[in-house]
Amino acid sequence: MSTSAIETKVKGIIADQLGVGEDEIKVESSFIEDLGADSLDIVELVMAMEEEFEVEIPDEEAENIKTVGDAINYITNHKK
Amino acid sequence: MSHRRVVITGTGVISALGTGTEKNWQTLLAGKSGISPITRFDTGKLDTRIAGEVKDFEAEKFIDRREVRRMDLYAQYALAAAEMAVKESGLPIGPDVPHGYTPEKVGVIVGSGIGGIASLEEQHRKGLEKGFDRLSPFFIIQMIINMAPGLISMKYNCKGPNWAPVSACATSAHAIGEAWKSIKLGETDAAIAGGAEAAITPLGVGGFSVMKALSTRNDDPTAASRPFDKDRDGFVMGEGAGILVLEEMEAAKKRGARILAELVGYGANSDAYHVTQPAPEGEGAARCMRLALESAGMRPDEVGYINAHGTSTPFNDANETKAIKAVFGDHARKLAVSSTKSMTGHMLGAAGGYEGVVSALVLSRNALPPTINQTSADPDCDLDYVPNQAREARVDAVMSNSFGFGGTNAVLLFKRF
Repeated sequence: MSTSAIETKVKGIIADQLGVGEDEIKVESSFIEDLGADSLDIVELVMAMEEEFEVEIPDEEAENIKTVGDAINYITNHKK
Repeated sequence: MSHRRVVITGTGVISALGTGTEKNWQTLLAGKSGISPITRFDTGKLDTRIAGEVKDFEAEKFIDRREVRRMDLYAQYALAAAEMAVKESGLPIGPDVPHGYTPEKVGVIVGSGIGGIASLEEQHRKGLEKGFDRLSPFFIIQMIINMAPGLISMKYNCKGPNWAPVSACATSAHAIGEAWKSIKLGETDAAIAGGAEAAITPLGVGGFSVMKALSTRNDDPTAASRPFDKDRDGFVMGEGAGILVLEEMEAAKKRGARILAELVGYGANSDAYHVTQPAPEGEGAARCMRLALESAGMRPDEVGYINAHGTSTPFNDANETKAIKAVFGDHARKLAVSSTKSMTGHMLGAAGGYEGVVSALVLSRNALPPTINQTSADPDCDLDYVPNQAREARVDAVMSNSFGFGGTNAVLLFKRF
């Protein structure tokens, strides 16, 4: 899967779960500061991405995923 | 107790009859049933395949889309009904609005009999399929019952006591009674109180069905809930919410609030008898009605109408009738009694709140909703149940009865203001 395909899917998940428009979601957007997520939203987002891309995101790695770009990078690098 | 008096200034209801107080009141007066075949899930081999489902509720009219996802349906009903009640009352909270109540003196007591059971079922299924490490992080907050008052407090900045009674079908009568006490004692000056329920799910309906508690009149849904009628065969599950705004009377008058009725009495007790069956002769219920009258310093003959618990089960309706006769004596023949559950179904933990709203409307609008489906008289149920047709009537005091599994009872007493 190409990075742009991953980006599109990641943005779709975020839009669905956080109830924000896809146009508001930028690669540099911070989940908490820009998109209004709380700690529970982050857990849900991580789980949804794990399922969608069949990757495992350990808790210690999830803590470093603060922006949409962080998520896309992690998935791109770890997807089999 | 104290000399402080408590008045009702706002109402919010959701039921099988619709969303909003006006729609519900008009449908009640028209004597229309909200019972229909269950659409939420496949009822399969269940003996009961009918219920009073809410049909017109649009959560996103009341709650941000993102928040809706994080809430069980019962909590959505609670928040939406609270919004309608707060809007109707104009309840002012905080220093920035004229006559605003101190946030720390505004309580929220809103309960549910069962809570987020649909979420519980969904997540349990998910756990079995995918593993219990894949549960939604929102599962617990969807399921727990005090999330309803919690969410309401966050929305309106109510920083006073915040909790959820859980007493089966008496839940929201207890909520309103306890809010009344809290204002009487000076712990709070205003409160949002009532309950919500959304248990028309496989576990909810299945659980009550195997107890043989539910009507099985599947081929004639609108005739299934028939409290006090000889052919009644069990209750019909309903759902929704009923919320009241209560205020200390002087404060409400000072801000020019529109006052619908006064809440003057509350009784709470236990049968200490059986898990589901009422005590013989309605002993506990009668004692509870007397407690409510005593707390108000009222005589039985001052009560003109009783909104009965009237579930449509053989046991409840006969025992409640006996209890009313025991408490009211000759006056039992003069007062009117009706069960709005004949139209809404039994809203369980939301019933007392819904019926509290109905009680306030009876006093402010001078009409009595009927008990529908009265076709064959039961010799054990021989009071004036306002059969089939609403009635214009000016009564000065209304009693609302709520009794729950576990032998718990709560009775509220309202007075014309």
